[in-house]
Amino acid sequence: MEDFDPGDEIEALSAEDTSIGGIASFVGTVRGTDDGETVAAMTLEHYPGMTEKALEHIVTEAEGRWPLKGVTVIHRYGRLEPGERIVLVVTASAHRQAAFDACAFLMDWLKTKAPFWKLEEKPSGAEWVDARDSDDAAAARWAGKDGENGTT
Amino acid sequence: MKVLYFAWMREKVGHGKDTFDSVPDGVSTVGDLIAYLAGLQGGYAAAFADQSVVRAAVNQTYVELSHPVADGDEVAFFPPVTGG
Repeated sequence: MEDFDPGDEIEALSAEDTSIGGIASFVGTVRGTDDGETVAAMTLEHYPGMTEKALEHIVTEAEGRWPLKGVTVIHRYGRLEPGERIVLVVTASAHRQAAFDACAFLMDWLKTKAPFWKLEEKPSGAEWVDARDSDDAAAARWAGKDGENGTT
Repeated sequence: MKVLYFAWMREKVGHGKDTFDSVPDGVSTVGDLIAYLAGLQGGYAAAFADQSVVRAAVNQTYVELSHPVADGDEVAFFPPVTGG
């Protein structure tokens, strides 16, 4: 999937809405090392159909929790090399705290609920990335009303 | 019923999709379907060997193992997600 331009996306989200007073963004990129090993590239697999639904659900949840004026979530898939952008989250609100918090929430939920899987190319061979307990813990701090999924 | 596999589960099974004309005999839940698939020839047993790392969705929504399955369903099995 093609790259995105964070500046263009931020501009597009906030254009023509002067009620916006704060915009937060997060860009995730491919790391060139993992556990001391070189990562030549990473292939992101997704579940066409369910991935889009899951992202929409996560955005809807964020919009229900914070007074957002706009949200953009872009997640690439396919083969990406170190330094390449993987994911973009942009949140806009009247004030900064909602934008900051919603941005962090979206990333934490995306990492634990959106159906994507990473395959790393290392000198020792291709290796699927394991889910991290720290990501589950990060998602759990937003504990609330989402009881319908099994991604713990 | 369509059954989809992703990431290393797809690799262990050896393909990404199975199609069944109807739900196999004796299968009424996702958990039953896992037991049925794990008993098939090929890589299924390896794919389902550690069920603590198997997540399930029916019709593109996460479900528990007790969730029912029906003839027209799209069932998916995959490891815990690692996006972001």
